[in-house]
This record gives sequence, C-alpha cells and structure tokens, in this order.
Amino acid sequence: MNFPILSAIIFIPLIGALFILITRGKEKNVEKNSKNVAIFSSFANFFLSLLLWFLFDTTTPDFQFVENKNWIDGFINFQLGIDGISILFILLTTFITPICIFSGIQSIKYKIKEFLIAILLMETLMLGVFCSLDLVVFYLFFEAGLIPMFLIIGIWGGPKRVYSAFKFFLFTLLGSVLMLVAIISIYWITGTTDLIKLLDTKILQDYQYLLWLAFFSSFAVKMPMWPFHTWLPDAHVEAPTTGSVILASILLKMAGYGFIRFSLGLFPVASDFFTPLIFTLSIIAIIYTSLIALMQEDMKKLIAYSSVAHMGFVTLGIFSVNKQGIEGSIIQMISHGLISAALFLCVGVLYERFQSRMISSYGGLVNIMPKYSFVFMIFTLGALGLPGTAGFIGEFLILVGVFQKSILVGTIASIGIILAAAYMLWLYKRVIFGRIINSEIKKMKDLNNVEIYIFSSLALLVIFFGFYPEPLLNTINISVNNLIENYEINLSFHKSLINN
Amino acid sequence: MQTIAYILPELFIFLSIMFLLMTGVFVKKSFKLVNYMSIIVLVFSILLVTNQPNDVIKVFNNSYIIDKFSIFMKILTLLFCVFVILSSKEYIKINKINKIEYPILILAAVLGMILMISSYDLIVFYLALELQSISLYILAAFKRDEEKSTEAGLKYFILSSLATGMLLYGCSLIYGFTGSTNFEVISSNLNEFNTGAVFGIIFIIVGLAFKVSAVPFHMWTPDVYEGSPTSVTSFFALIPKIAAISIFIRFMHVPFINMMHEWQGIIIFLSIASMILGAVAAIGQSNIKRLMAYSSIGHMGYILAGLSTGTNAGIQSTLIYLVIYLLMTLGAFGCIFMLKRESIYYENINELSGLSKNHPMLALCFLIIFFSLAGIPPLAGFFAKFYVFMAVIESEMYVLAIIGLITTVVSSFYYLRIIKIIYFDKPKKPFESSYDLGLKITLTLSTIAVLIYFVNPSYLINAVSSITFN
Repeated sequence: MNFPILSAIIFIPLIGALFILITRGKEKNVEKNSKNVAIFSSFANFFLSLLLWFLFDTTTPDFQFVENKNWIDGFINFQLGIDGISILFILLTTFITPICIFSGIQSIKYKIKEFLIAILLMETLMLGVFCSLDLVVFYLFFEAGLIPMFLIIGIWGGPKRVYSAFKFFLFTLLGSVLMLVAIISIYWITGTTDLIKLLDTKILQDYQYLLWLAFFSSFAVKMPMWPFHTWLPDAHVEAPTTGSVILASILLKMAGYGFIRFSLGLFPVASDFFTPLIFTLSIIAIIYTSLIALMQEDMKKLIAYSSVAHMGFVTLGIFSVNKQGIEGSIIQMISHGLISAALFLCVGVLYERFQSRMISSYGGLVNIMPKYSFVFMIFTLGALGLPGTAGFIGEFLILVGVFQKSILVGTIASIGIILAAAYMLWLYKRVIFGRIINSEIKKMKDLNNVEIYIFSSLALLVIFFGFYPEPLLNTINISVNNLIENYEINLSFHKSLINN
Repeated sequence: MQTIAYILPELFIFLSIMFLLMTGVFVKKSFKLVNYMSIIVLVFSILLVTNQPNDVIKVFNNSYIIDKFSIFMKILTLLFCVFVILSSKEYIKINKINKIEYPILILAAVLGMILMISSYDLIVFYLALELQSISLYILAAFKRDEEKSTEAGLKYFILSSLATGMLLYGCSLIYGFTGSTNFEVISSNLNEFNTGAVFGIIFIIVGLAFKVSAVPFHMWTPDVYEGSPTSVTSFFALIPKIAAISIFIRFMHVPFINMMHEWQGIIIFLSIASMILGAVAAIGQSNIKRLMAYSSIGHMGYILAGLSTGTNAGIQSTLIYLVIYLLMTLGAFGCIFMLKRESIYYENINELSGLSKNHPMLALCFLIIFFSLAGIPPLAGFFAKFYVFMAVIESEMYVLAIIGLITTVVSSFYYLRIIKIIYFDKPKKPFESSYDLGLKITLTLSTIAVLIYFVNPSYLINAVSSITFN
C-alpha cells in the first residue's frame, strides 16, 4: 500500500475546514456551501475509514498502514500506524462526526460556519490521537484538541459557559503538562519517542513509577476518574448538544486508549504496582457517581455522572489485564461512545423544543412524542447494560475480567450496574411516563426525519453489536493478546531482575 | 583595511545615521523620507551582515568578535526592527510623534545593540550598552507632551542608570580580580573559585537581568510598557531583548563559563521567579500593554531556564525560544495596533469585547497568537517551550521543568481571558477596518509563521544547531 490512507483520513477534515474558512460571498450561500463541504468531507472520511477496516489484516498484531516521515531532523518522526485497538476508535470518530454535523446544523443558530470548522478540526485532532505512533505527535494531537473544544463550549454553550470552558481547559492542561515532562524524560532515558521501538524497550523499573504517574495525571483528568471528574458535569451541562456528544463519545475515549496503549504498554511494572490505586478510584467512581446521578435534576448532568461511572468500569477492565477485561473495556468504550452520544442527542431534542433540561419540566411525553419515547427507551436500556445491547457485552466482559483478579472488586462493581439501572429507569419514568403536568409540552413536535435517521443509525449499531459483537472482538483479538503477552513477558523480566 | 571590512555593517549604519540626520535637518517635512530610508538602511545592513565570513574572527585586539552567533543575532535584530518600523508607521503619524528624530534614534539604538552583540571586551560592551540605553531613554519619553510617556522615560532612565551602575561596578570588580577586560583572558584567569570575581559576576547578572526584565529587577517593565507610545513599546518588547539575551549568553558562556556552579543557581532563581510572577501578576491587568509586559517577563523566565542549563542544547533552545517569542510578540503588537477608532488607539482589554463578530480575521489572528503565547500545540509557542524543557530535562533539572510547566497552565488563564473576551462576550462598536499596508503585512506574516511553524520545525533547529560555545 503506497497510498497514505491514514494521513488522508486525518487531514481530509482539515482540508474541509480550510475550504469552509476561505469561502466568501453572500451569507446564505456561504452557510449552505459550508454545510455541504462539512457533510461531504465527514462522509468521505467515514467511508474511507470503512475501507480501512476492510483492508485491515486481523491476523497480525503488528502495526499496519505505517507511515513514517522525517519531521524534526534526527529527533522526531511523524509516524502513524494502527492496530486492532486503534482502528475501532477511528471508526467511532468518523461515525460520530457526521452525526454531530447533522445535529449541529439543526440546532446551532449562529456562527454556523465557525462551528463546522471547529467540529472538523476536532475530528482531525481526535483521529490524529488514535493514529499516532510517536509520543510527541500523540501529545501534539492530544493537547491541540483543547483549542476547538474550548471554543465550542465557550461560543455555543449555555449561560455558565465561560466558567465551564475555563475549567475544562485548565484542568486538562494541568494534567497534560506533566505528561509532557514524562515524554521528554522518556526521550532522554531511551533516546527515542518512537512507540514501536519503545514497546520493545524495557524502561528501568525505578523510572517507571514516576513516568506512570505523570501519564496517569493526564489520562485520569481526561477519563475522568474520581476525584478528577469535577470538570465533566460542568462542561457537559454548558456545552451545546454536539459538544457534549464529542466530549462524551470520543474525547473521553482518548484517555482509555492512552491507558491501554501507554500505561500498560510502556510501564507494565508500574501498572502492576498501581493496580490497587486504580481499582479503588474506579470503584469509588462507580458507586459514588452513580449515587450522585440518582439525585440529579438536570438530565445532562445525570448522563454526565453516568459517564464517569461507565468510565470507572473501563479502567477496571483495563487494569485487570486479562483478555476479557481489556476486550470488555474496549467494547464498553465503543458502546458508551454510541449510547452516550445518543442520550445527549435525546436530551438535545427536548432542549431544542422546550429550552429546559430539568427533569421536572417534563412528564408524560409518551403521549405526545411516541417515536421519541421509543428511541429514548432503547438507549436507556443500552446505558443500563440490558442483554441485547452493546452496553451489556462490555460490562459483562469487564466483570468477567475483574472477577478473575479480585472477587471483592467484582462484587462491588456489580452493584454499580444495579445503580445504573436505578437512575436510568427512574429518569425514563419521570420524563416519559406519568401525567402531563406542564400543558405547554403538548405543543412539542415528535422527531423529524433527520433526527430519525440519526437515532436509528445509532440504535441499529447498539443492538447489532449487542447481539453480534464478533466483528469488534475479531478486530481487537490479536492485538489484545499481543498486548497481554508483552505485558506478562515484561513483568516477569523485571521480576527476574529483582530476584537476581 | 581588512579589519574595517569586518565591521562594515556597523560602519554603514553609523554613516547612514549621520546622513539621515543631515537630511532631516535640511529637508523640510522629511519624516516620511527618513522613515523609509531607515528601513532601507536596515535591509541593506542585513545583506551586509549575511555577507560576513562564516568563521570566528576577532578584531581590534580581540575586543570585537564576529561569529555565527553574533551574525544570527544581528540578523534577528535588524530583521525584526524592519517589521517594527513597518507596523508602527501609521501609529506614529496619527499620534503626531512623526519627528525625524524617531527613526534616527531607533537606528542609533540598533547600532548600539549590534555592537553589543559582537562585543568581546568589557569596555566595548559597556560603551555599546550606553549607546543603546540612551537612545531608549529618549524613545520612551518621546511623546513629550503626555504625562505618562515622560514618566515612563524618567522611570526607565533612573532605574536603568542604577542597573548600569551596578553593571559597571561588576565590570570593574572582574577587571580587578582577573586583570583584564578581554572575555577570553577573563575566562582563562577565572579557572578557580574567586570570591571577588563572584561578586563581580553577581553585579553583572543584576545589570543584565534588569535589561531582560527578569524578576526581581522587572519593576520598570509594566510602567514603561504602558507609558511609552505603543510604537515604542513594541520596539521595547522585541529588539532590546535580542541584544540583552545574546550578551547574557555570551557572558555566561565565555568569560564566566568556569564559574558555572556559582551563576547557575542565580539564573535558576531568576528564571523561576520570572515565570511565576509573569504568570500570576498578569491575571489582574486590564491594560493590554501592561499585560504584554507581564507576559514578556514570563517568557524571559523560560528563556533564562534554557540559559541556566549551561549546555549547548540549552543555548540553542534559548535561541529558538527567542525567535518564536519575537514572532509572537510582533504579532501581538500588530493586533494591538489595529485597535483604532477615529484616530484613537484603544488599550483597554474590555474594548476587545466581541471582536470576533465585527472583525473575524483580526479575531482569528488574536486567537492564534494568544494560544501560541500560552504554549498550546500545535502552534509555535508550544515548540518553543518544548525545546527549552528538552534542554532543561536533559540537564536533569526536573523541579525547574515542572515549575515551568505549571506556570504555563497558570499563565494560559490570562491569555484565555483575552480570547474569551474576543469570542464569548457581546460585541461593542467596531474598530476602523482600513489598515496600513505595512501593518497588515507584518501581522499576516507573523500569524502565518506562528500557525504553520509545526509543518517544518527542523528549519529553525538547523539554523541554530551550528551555534555552539565551549
């Protein structure tokens, strides 16, 4: 393959954004053209990534489609490549972006051109994160995402948007700068930032702990893990619907991806050492944020807290370091990406029509919006992990993995699933069922065509992967095996060093 | 005769100053002419400097040096001076400070600076410094019928004289304890611990720290930046910093290199203090020029962090940081020059409110430059910090690196605040949108350079990689 398909996937949205930036003319035409360009480039990207999946070889654990360009002479190469783990995130990103664009076109009322530029820029940067095989390139993409997200929250957000945008920006930046120190230290310790070489290098044990903590500080904020999660509810509540979708379904996954790729891959000894810490934080996240979610009156906040709880499962799965655990957490991330995106869109539908996110404003919607109620039900059940939805596969595999590691942790985590059922069903009951208290609700219209297409595509995937997760598992299988194998080899190598 | 050829650029600028002075005196209303000719002089002297030989040449009894480092710094000085003059042309005219002395003083200051960059002897260094400083005093007070400008000039004069006095005292101590004013001889005589010389070094560092406005010798910066006419401020923020940093590097790495253990701690302290103060003190500012003053203090902290490593990698990272700092600051002042309504230039940050609505392109420039100043990838400002921290971590100064990066987060707050005002707040009355061509070119070039630096970062690295000391 000579065609640089990964570069193409990364930079097509950027080119689209540049096109939109330079369009001139009457405002109406500009808007129309920018919408077309955005839709076209995001769709082209989606199909290109499907092609990528089709061409992807699932029988080898090596990185594929590797591109290597000289970037900073003799120091950093611009290296891209994917394996079974990253390709799923690329697909998720390219799938969610067109949905965001469609929903944005519907709901954003001003500065639509700038909005589309920001979304496309965001897509480029997120794809860059999942494709990069060099620590510095990874950091570059990882951090640069702050700029468009800050603008999305700040320009198109709700009344307290400035506070939330600043909180989001500063929290994430503070976490990430420590990662930068760690990346530079890795360069001086090993002489390279090339991930393929680093995965074969065994970093000395003494360094691993500090480096692991530095990476952890970045990923834990982004993930977000308890107690670094406080930016998330604020950011979600104030961000426009589309911003919340990107935030929940892709941005948070960058951290999970980072844990799998870097923390496990580069610092196995430290990962092993810090597993109890991760387990403790995850369990607190699952139980504590679920309880908080129960008491929320704002729907978006409720879903935001539920995201923290779901991400708690993901970290549990990753750090149980066995096949079921890691595969489960990848599936969980994908399914959460789809389901939380859909849930935020559901809230967005209500907010657009009635300008309120409070649960108490609604009730009895099933009488007025039957299609909406049906769609909302699918995703509610998906979020609580009902068998037959993708959410179930993820949580089930994670729990299988965790029980192998520690029965106590597994048991407590299972309670989290019950709590999830409680807050999701209660939310559904209060919004959809019951009597219509507020008579103005009666004027609300049911889903329009675009919304039906968006929701049905999401629902189809959630149910399809719920019954038949084989395509996903098949793709990640070998890469995960390889990861665990390397992890075990590395761990025993370091243990033998200590014994000698 | 051969020696004269080596100082051709300096001679050329000197003769041009004389010639322009005569032109200004004898030709009526000649500001425009003199201003343009000063640009031509600068451009021509860039050519002369690039034409200089590529090896190390010492002339006048080893008191004047021409090497790669000095050529690089001279080109920076002259090039950015061209852009500063270009961008401030309209401002000068509207504020009625279009007197012929203005470009001539700038040329005189530049002459002092490039002499300083090449100086290899305490006496040459001191004389060059004075030529530069005296021109700068007058420039700061150039808008002489305005209270703030005269206050800025006087304040700068008094504090700077004090600092220069200390510097001179340091020089005489060094001379007393080493027996020479030549940098190389000092270096070879200072090969063991010498208490008197350490005092000399400290006094010299104090003087230099004042010139680069490092904390705790920064007090003059915000007042002078705010009080001087903006055209002078933009000159102050860019050009004297180049000369001061280059002589700082030269001092630390040629005469005092054997005393590294003595000066390293001081520079680290200056660096950390500048980074912290630059980050914290700027938060409450409402005047954008004052904010830029604190921002430049913070950036000087990062530059000193690179210098404090005492390695070649450290120097190179310092130079890269300096170039990127210059680009960003040039862009930032370009933006500030555009905030004009009916012949009045606005400096209050709140005037920027909702700029993105009326002036989307200008707002985009602000966005790019201020995110870059905050050091967010993939903009140039990130790479500047990246190289500096590469060098710092290579020397295993982890504490300095972590403090530096945390202050980046703190300082990003006030840069973000400006972006917030521009993008998130309600629009105010639009500014004038007819800009001067020179200003437009400057702003566009600097913004594009900051934006697309990441495409080929090797270019700058290769340019500085041949600059080594020791």
